[in-house]
Amino acid sequence: MPALPMPDLLPALPEIVLACAAMALLLLGVFRGERSTRLVSWLSVAVLMAVLVLSAMFQGEKHVGFYGMFITDRFAVFVNVLVLIGSAVTIIIALHYNEEHGLARFEFPVLVLLATTGMMVMVSADDLITLYLGFELQSLALYVVASFDRDSTRSTEAGLKYFILGALASGMMLYGISLIYGFAGTTGFTGLAHLFGAAGGPVPSNGLIIGIVFVSVGLAFKVSAVPFHMWTPDVYEGAPTPVTAFFSVAPKIAALALFVRYLIGSFSGLIAEWQQIIVFLSGASMVLGAFAGIAQRNIKRLMAYSSIGHVGYALIGLAAGGAEGIRGVLVYLAIYLIMNLGTWAVILCMRREGQMLEGIADLSGLGRTRPGLALALGIFLFALAGIPPTAGFFAKLYIFLAAIDAHLVGLAVLGVVTSVVGAFYYLRIVKVMYFDEPLVTFDRPLAPELRAVLFVAAVLTLFFIVYPDPLMGGAQAAAASLFAR
Amino acid sequence: MAVGLAHYLTVAAVLFTLGIFGIFLNRKNIIIIMMSIELMLLAVNINLVAFSVSLGDLAGQVFAMFVLTVAAAEAAIGLAILVIYFRNRGTIQVEDIHMMRG
Repeated sequence: MPALPMPDLLPALPEIVLACAAMALLLLGVFRGERSTRLVSWLSVAVLMAVLVLSAMFQGEKHVGFYGMFITDRFAVFVNVLVLIGSAVTIIIALHYNEEHGLARFEFPVLVLLATTGMMVMVSADDLITLYLGFELQSLALYVVASFDRDSTRSTEAGLKYFILGALASGMMLYGISLIYGFAGTTGFTGLAHLFGAAGGPVPSNGLIIGIVFVSVGLAFKVSAVPFHMWTPDVYEGAPTPVTAFFSVAPKIAALALFVRYLIGSFSGLIAEWQQIIVFLSGASMVLGAFAGIAQRNIKRLMAYSSIGHVGYALIGLAAGGAEGIRGVLVYLAIYLIMNLGTWAVILCMRREGQMLEGIADLSGLGRTRPGLALALGIFLFALAGIPPTAGFFAKLYIFLAAIDAHLVGLAVLGVVTSVVGAFYYLRIVKVMYFDEPLVTFDRPLAPELRAVLFVAAVLTLFFIVYPDPLMGGAQAAAASLFAR
Repeated sequence: MAVGLAHYLTVAAVLFTLGIFGIFLNRKNIIIIMMSIELMLLAVNINLVAFSVSLGDLAGQVFAMFVLTVAAAEAAIGLAILVIYFRNRGTIQVEDIHMMRG
């Protein structure tokens, strides 16, 4: 039997570098022991930044490798950059927390690197097999990170819940993939797009539709869209805070990007079949995110409902379909990344005598005791609520405009209404910070890396309007590359 | 009567449904949930191999190999998490998992 030619590895170069670096850092950690945690963490951040540069070098060209199973285009590069920034910032803001809580183990940055590799593979998947493998590589690392505080009941319970529901989701997704394979005869996105990429192709069989729905359910679990969100509040509350910060950005961005590539990249001709599913997921997520957040007293749980709501807004763009909608999703994800990381950095500052505080009431009087911190949190909360002139307003604006263009006026109206309802609980925190009497004072000083993350995120959120071109242009080109089959 | 594609698909669908019900209706033990998860993945493998043979295309069997590998990794991680959970709580009863609401 003749040997197969060597597959074209070039498109996967960033992923390969990242995976090799993760293993090298694991070895380094094993040989140098616990005291190498700081070194391994900073080296991980350096590796992530190096991979970001490497990934950005592919800008502009579409590369397909591994016999059409792996694709690197502008869409993949754009999302990779977001995911890499999210992971790097997580490692940085976790440093201090992990040291204070006896969690300073070198495995944490290594697991984050492996999860990031999985996310990058997901984003670049051009075949259902690649999709599944990237998805599992990411999930398996995340299950371990969720239960990273292995002596805490809450953290291990969070890990267990996440594992069971995550495994259920991937089982559903896999069943859907097997049906798509059987009824379409191929697992490649290119092959599927050839059949169903444009309206007027072959009439899809029921088996294929069921397969598409099953895979969508699996992905909806991962992005925690209602009604598949049950695990989110518990896992967000139980997992160590830096891990929750990680969960709310990088995996969510990667899974939403995968959702977009899967539906738009291969089944855009069947939009009439799947649009109603996405509209339902999106509307239900926005409503639940807005109303369930009102009753929360724990800020981590509140952020869980907030993230469910934000997934709903991002899904509006996917429901709209066209390049406009996808550009909206990408801009939304980028801005969501910045404002969410900023909020989590503030939550990580909520500590007193070495203990983390999680109650919203603990923030009272922050405007008097720590004006800088209160100002930063205020900016992020205004952005999360979508109030101009913060970046959060523009994120929502582009999404709603795309929805109206796609004749989804009802969904856009629902989005505006739920934004107003959601603004209640964001603004209540601002009121608690500035108008209530101080109860507790937080520890000083802040870790320098937290201070830097806070400052950069606040500046980007507040002054996005001054210079939006790089983000808008990048998102435009990324969305266009998805449609240029 | 010859055994055809539809028979394999039916068996796989039944196994998959059993797996899902095993997760949701089971009120006893987390190990049973893990067995149900394995059952779901094996049902998918039957589907993939049956489709692969009927389509005359090898991709399905390659996929089944990947699924087997990932299932092994998933079981290993699941059991590891279960062990640290048991160490903290001293129980793996489903009804005891309620530290947090929900």
